[in-house]
Amino acid sequence: MQADYAIIGGGVVGLSIAWGLLTRGKRVIVVDGGDGAFRASRGNFGLVWVQSKGMEQPRYARWSQQSAGIWAEFADTLGDETGHHAALEQKGGYDLHFSEETLQATARKYEALKAELGGDYPYDVLGHNALRKEEPHIGPKVVGAILHHQDGHVNPLRLLMALAAGVRQRGGVVLNGKTVTGVTKPDGFCVRCSDGAEVRAEKLILAAGLGAAALGPMLGFRAPVRPQRGQVLITEKLPKMINRPSLIARQVDEGGIQIGATNEEVGHDDGVTQPGLSGLAAEAIAAYPALARAQLVRSWGALRVLTPDGLPIYQESREMPGAFLVTCHSGITLAAAHARLLPDWLERTDAAPDLEVFSEDRFAVS
Amino acid sequence: MQRSDVVVIGAGPAGMAAAATAAGHGASVTVLDEQSRPGGQIYRDVDRAGPARAAILGRDYLHGARLSGELRAAGITHIDGAEVWAIEGQGRVSYTRRGCAAQIEAGRLILATGALERPMPVPGWTLPGVMTAGAGQILLKQSGVLARRAVLVGCGPLLYLVAAQMVRAGTPPVALIETQTRHDLTGAARHMGGALRGWRHLAKGLRLLAEIRRAGVPRYTGARGIEIEGTDRAQAVICQSGGKTHRIACDTVLLHHGVVPNTQAARSIGVRHRWDAAQHCFAPVLDTWGGAEGAEALIAGDGAGIGGAVVAELSGRIAALRAVEQLGRITEGERDRLAAPLLRARGRERAVRPFLDAAYPPFAEALAPADSTIICRCEEVTAGDIRGYARLGCLGPNQAKAFGRPGMGPCQGRYCGLSVTGLLAQANGQTPDETGYMRVRPPLKPVTLGALAQMDGTGDGAR
Amino acid sequence: MKTVSPFLELEEKPRVGVTFEGERFELPEGENLAASLLAAGVRVFRRTPVSDAPRAPFCMMGACFDCLVEIDGVVRQACMIDVVDELEIVRPGAEAAKGTDDAAK
Repeated sequence: MQADYAIIGGGVVGLSIAWGLLTRGKRVIVVDGGDGAFRASRGNFGLVWVQSKGMEQPRYARWSQQSAGIWAEFADTLGDETGHHAALEQKGGYDLHFSEETLQATARKYEALKAELGGDYPYDVLGHNALRKEEPHIGPKVVGAILHHQDGHVNPLRLLMALAAGVRQRGGVVLNGKTVTGVTKPDGFCVRCSDGAEVRAEKLILAAGLGAAALGPMLGFRAPVRPQRGQVLITEKLPKMINRPSLIARQVDEGGIQIGATNEEVGHDDGVTQPGLSGLAAEAIAAYPALARAQLVRSWGALRVLTPDGLPIYQESREMPGAFLVTCHSGITLAAAHARLLPDWLERTDAAPDLEVFSEDRFAVS
Repeated sequence: MQRSDVVVIGAGPAGMAAAATAAGHGASVTVLDEQSRPGGQIYRDVDRAGPARAAILGRDYLHGARLSGELRAAGITHIDGAEVWAIEGQGRVSYTRRGCAAQIEAGRLILATGALERPMPVPGWTLPGVMTAGAGQILLKQSGVLARRAVLVGCGPLLYLVAAQMVRAGTPPVALIETQTRHDLTGAARHMGGALRGWRHLAKGLRLLAEIRRAGVPRYTGARGIEIEGTDRAQAVICQSGGKTHRIACDTVLLHHGVVPNTQAARSIGVRHRWDAAQHCFAPVLDTWGGAEGAEALIAGDGAGIGGAVVAELSGRIAALRAVEQLGRITEGERDRLAAPLLRARGRERAVRPFLDAAYPPFAEALAPADSTIICRCEEVTAGDIRGYARLGCLGPNQAKAFGRPGMGPCQGRYCGLSVTGLLAQANGQTPDETGYMRVRPPLKPVTLGALAQMDGTGDGAR
Repeated sequence: MKTVSPFLELEEKPRVGVTFEGERFELPEGENLAASLLAAGVRVFRRTPVSDAPRAPFCMMGACFDCLVEIDGVVRQACMIDVVDELEIVRPGAEAAKGTDDAAK
């Protein structure tokens, strides 16, 4: 056997798990796709985000909080050992509102969730003036915001690079440019690639993002994931003008203002459209009027990996025990949990987190 | 939204000729060009060149005035200062002019976006005072501005042309540092075959060289170890030539080792590109007419593969004939009859290319720069950084972008794209085709969020 | 900043007044801004946001973005602008940084 774990998927999810397993002394081989593969890891918005998550499922809110809570330690360890620091900033984040009604309605929902979480849901509702003190560039159309103190953001590309370096440094093997054609389990798992390469391991983790839809059923998973397009904009590098991130805009550590994102059900089309770009630009200007004069330098479409209810799936295969499906749409937020907590679940230690509600049994056809 | 039977992007020789030909067959034509006046780079500002500049620039340049004259024909709308930033669907083109965004719908789209200087990353090439040779020539063509103390570095006919023009203007370059060797030239001779045109090009080159020699401009050939020295601006060029190290003091350095197709617009609409080993660059995959593989567009001029101004003009006319035939304005038979002499002329003109490509190969050091040399000017990424990404499993430029930002700045890879592909290909033992190229997406040129937002359907961002 | 220009202008043209970083220049009206600033002796157009390195025009054809300047709060390519009377030009980022400071007070 070449490894304890074979991981299909070398994005942030796969590499976070790989790095976590390597820190536990496991041998890991990651099988990754090519330069043109769909990669949420390259196109995401970079938020380490708690608010608005798990409104219907408090366990998901808690899981996001757990990850956010250990993100700094994870980022420091990974950064120190690779020299690639992910520029984590966790000093809160906003949900900006253009109407008093939506602001109050959201606050009521947060209050209910806070009660379910035993009071651990630290947020403040800021009116326009209070918000303006925090964000001098905020525009008059913004009536207020919810400031959630557990929110933050990172440079997701540096995280990806740090993970790619960290996994190798810890002795992990990453095979790039592969297309997995099949998996068999004669005696342990054997992953076959289109170029003839074979990887053998005791256990297998499918962390292939949208690729799980095709590969999952071979391993006995439903893997009901679908793409949802998010168009994202980024401006030229600007002097500091936004202090905290929001779902509308954030200023990245290099200086550009990143603006997001559309939610479009357009299959595997990851293009950008003028109406999409214009709508996002208009919203960002409504929030921060000074952005009207900023130059857009890049835009992209990225495909979110969504399940029917938007929650992650953590599932061991019944047909092929030892094969695990891990998929989520918040690979950045959950990176710390995947690196630090998920190995306990995979190894069934006493410290294993309870991920029962994230089983794909919830999608069983009734 | 505006609409035109034919929309041409670019008002260089290909674009002007395409517009004139299409309009000549009754099509409504709109030419979008980002410059203030027509001509492209080769005929930049040709309509405003007075007699003094005309004498310096020569007859080939003045030919452009005939083309810009044709652009004034009925049926052609020339929109100057138009920066195209998105092309979608079957030909909906978004552009900005004087800070305002607009759109036009094309019946047929002709891309005539021309060439870019091949990136020439050598130590110090980002310093103020270092420009492309093309830039030096643009200063002369458009503004009558000349570098007083310039060193020209690299290879190719343009280098000699610029040097000769500087001589004529009374500001000869301080020196010519030439990267090609005698071997390149003698080896290239076998490509000349019986093509008379090749000999003519050679003769033209020899005349330029004679002009440069008469002016007493020192030439350093087979140069290696090229570096530009300076802290806040270029002060000298260092090179090895003839077994010695030379340091040539100057204020301006003009770099050139060939031009490559500007493929940004074509790539953004999904046109398939292929590595052209002879020209060391990617070129779009096209049929005889310039019809692109992978997208609904015709491509003409140097953007279709480097052929020079005469080929560009012919390609523009050929592409336009295809466009008006597709629009139903002429029959296939008429198209073929009208195109036949143009295709023959283009074939003759192209015959000289293998000779030129072999005689002036790209500067090897700039294709494989030292680790510390910056290759992405915008994000200041070095050749060593790219090699490091390859060691982290980076097989192609899109992953390299994610790792270290090459190509993410405002120039969007125009001056590093080929370097990134080349370095990754070398490091991974792959071909440039296997390695691929950066994915090009809108905006092709930066556009202000304000201009973008003006186009928002609701007209009000507070949704 | 004004030094003996490393560039020579072949022709004399009517001039208008512009400012670059607060300094007044008489530039030929209707001519290319990047070329005119070079001819007027401006050597460093901007400093990069990545390493503060000095930059000046490189391609003169709107492709390289090294000649970026800021006019009316918008960062643009000097090589794509014609000289007009009373242009106020600053290095990119200078005005915005000032604005943030004011707003934060």
